[in-house]
Amino acid sequence: MDQILANIGLLFEFPIVNLKIILDGIMVGALFALAAYGLALVWGVMNVKNLAQGDLVICGGYVSWWLVQHGFPALLGVPVAFVVMWGIGWVVYKLVISRVIERDLFTSLLATFGLAIMIAQILNLLFGSDTQSVDLGYPTLHFADGLIDLPIAKLIGVLMAAVLATGVIIFMKSSRMGQAIRATAQDARAARVMGIDTEKVYAFTFSLNSAICGAAGAIIVMVWVIQPFYGIAYSIRAFVIVTAAGLGNLPGVIAAGLGIGAAEQYGAHIFGIGYQQAIAVLLLLLVLLFRLIQQRRNRQVLK
Amino acid sequence: MKKLSMLSTLMAATTLLFSQSGLAADCGEIVIGSAISLTGKYATNGVHAKNGYEYAITKIKEDGGVKIGDKCYNFRVIYYDDESKGDRGATLAERLISQDKVQYMLGPYSSGLTKAIAPVTEKYQIPMIEAEGASRSLFNKGYKYLFAVLSTSEQYLASAVTLAAEKAKESGRSVSSIKVAIAVENDPFSLDIRAGVSEDAAKLGMKVVIDEKLPRDLSDMSAILTKVKLLKPDLLIVSGHSKGAATAVRQIGEQNIKVPMIALTHCEAADVTGKFGVAANDLLCSTQWSETLAYKDKLFGTAAQYETGFKTAYPEYADKKVPYQTAQASAAVYVFKDAFERAGSLDKEKLRDAIAATDMQTFYGPIKFSPAGNNIAKPMVLRQIQNGKYNVVAPSEFASHKLNWPRK
Repeated sequence: MDQILANIGLLFEFPIVNLKIILDGIMVGALFALAAYGLALVWGVMNVKNLAQGDLVICGGYVSWWLVQHGFPALLGVPVAFVVMWGIGWVVYKLVISRVIERDLFTSLLATFGLAIMIAQILNLLFGSDTQSVDLGYPTLHFADGLIDLPIAKLIGVLMAAVLATGVIIFMKSSRMGQAIRATAQDARAARVMGIDTEKVYAFTFSLNSAICGAAGAIIVMVWVIQPFYGIAYSIRAFVIVTAAGLGNLPGVIAAGLGIGAAEQYGAHIFGIGYQQAIAVLLLLLVLLFRLIQQRRNRQVLK
Repeated sequence: MKKLSMLSTLMAATTLLFSQSGLAADCGEIVIGSAISLTGKYATNGVHAKNGYEYAITKIKEDGGVKIGDKCYNFRVIYYDDESKGDRGATLAERLISQDKVQYMLGPYSSGLTKAIAPVTEKYQIPMIEAEGASRSLFNKGYKYLFAVLSTSEQYLASAVTLAAEKAKESGRSVSSIKVAIAVENDPFSLDIRAGVSEDAAKLGMKVVIDEKLPRDLSDMSAILTKVKLLKPDLLIVSGHSKGAATAVRQIGEQNIKVPMIALTHCEAADVTGKFGVAANDLLCSTQWSETLAYKDKLFGTAAQYETGFKTAYPEYADKKVPYQTAQASAAVYVFKDAFERAGSLDKEKLRDAIAATDMQTFYGPIKFSPAGNNIAKPMVLRQIQNGKYNVVAPSEFASHKLNWPRK
């Protein structure tokens, strides 16, 4: 308790620290938001709740790491991971997801959960359980007596995440495929009647999700560290964000992502880093509770 | 006819073989049992340990064997593969003792396996010297027949506290003004380390300003490092296996953390020098043993001589460092030899008392057991990463290099 009070005291004693915490949080949150956006896409279009989301992220990280080990420049890892993970996503869709898409909720949950375990184990066998990371070798900018630090690698990572997110938004809004995806999400049967090949749309959506995750992973390996079993941390955050923001609400997903990032950093500062992830789960609980109360009110109106 | 002649040749060859070995050694045999991980997740280190045992046995044989009274003996170890599984280890220990009638045991690899086997050896009152189980929970169960040559896990970073105190005195500050920050993972090994550090810090009157537990899937510890910047501790302790080391070193570099002394575990496992280069400079890393230490004994010579001798005997280690797991395994066999000679008997009770009274210098470090069975004479070694190389800087009397302090 004393520790917690002392930690809160520090926030007031050094107000600039708040800025640092928020900046750190936004940078983490940007990548959470990316993974969450992919999840919202798959969830909204195919009604598949993909528990392997985080493992796709880590998979992308290993693609980029592997490239760097073989002498390729680190920044190339992001586009390459996008392409490679697109391919992997397509294979996974054809092998697993296409078979569970019409089934009930639990079948798809079990299938993607199994997928998550498989991916983590395969990565473990291929690359070993050591923690890996790619060092870009860029310097770090320091402000405010060195209290605030902005590694240039992190800035590049966040910038790339922003470019990717914008690209996806424009694609969804203006391309023919984007329109088809949105139509399928609204009503798959109607879309089929209108001549949209929904099977193709599903395959495309899942591959796109996998590619977004891959790119996020490639950024994460440049900024933090990865390990075959870290996927679950990203899965949990993606679920929290999508639940909080709702499906098909892209600005909401981004805002929730950044918000959760900042909330976690504050939580880690005040309660200790061991509780960082607990903050995310606690937020999920609160959001669900709030949603439940909201829905009950709606139902009462319907009566 | 042809068959018969082949058979006779074979017999002749066998006789020759037997008589030759008889001539060369002319010694009796002491059979020791060991369940060790030759397959499974600990296989790499299990094999390191086995090679360490075998190298010591060969060395002792070359040196004229174990001398008990006016007779001489050679060690022979019966190995069984425990597949890195605790229950298998316990079964094999049972089998070694009741079927193979083994009277003495060498330890398995890892704290977990040692924990599984110790109750069995204890039940049959079989002395076991182990070299690969560091958890301190092995030594608070009141075991009488278990002895460990290595330092226990709570000592891993405690020497950093001593070193920080030494430095404070040198620069004319009071020891009690030192502030310590601890960030360890929430697992038994790291919590042992935390216990050791905070006990020693409390003894010296130091103040622990940060005391946090890292989550299992740690990839970002900037929250702790920000606090480190604000509270300016004099010593930062991080332990979280290789992911803890990797995350810490990466972010210490990025956030430009200026703590005079930073001590970690698992630096080599995380390959911090290879991955992060200059960011890893001047960090302190703990290890059980290093070949540059100034320890020596009559059997193996100096630590450096042990390293070269071992590499000649096992060429597969030629282009890497001899792991400390191997060195401590050899030291365990050496303790057996020493104890047998002092006991002057093959009786296991007399042997146990002799082991308990061990007080010797070895290439691996001094060995003297506490009543609980752990080695209290050997300090943990701290190495500092200086220009990408691991140089021993503590304990000061065996150090090969000077400590760079304060860390820049």
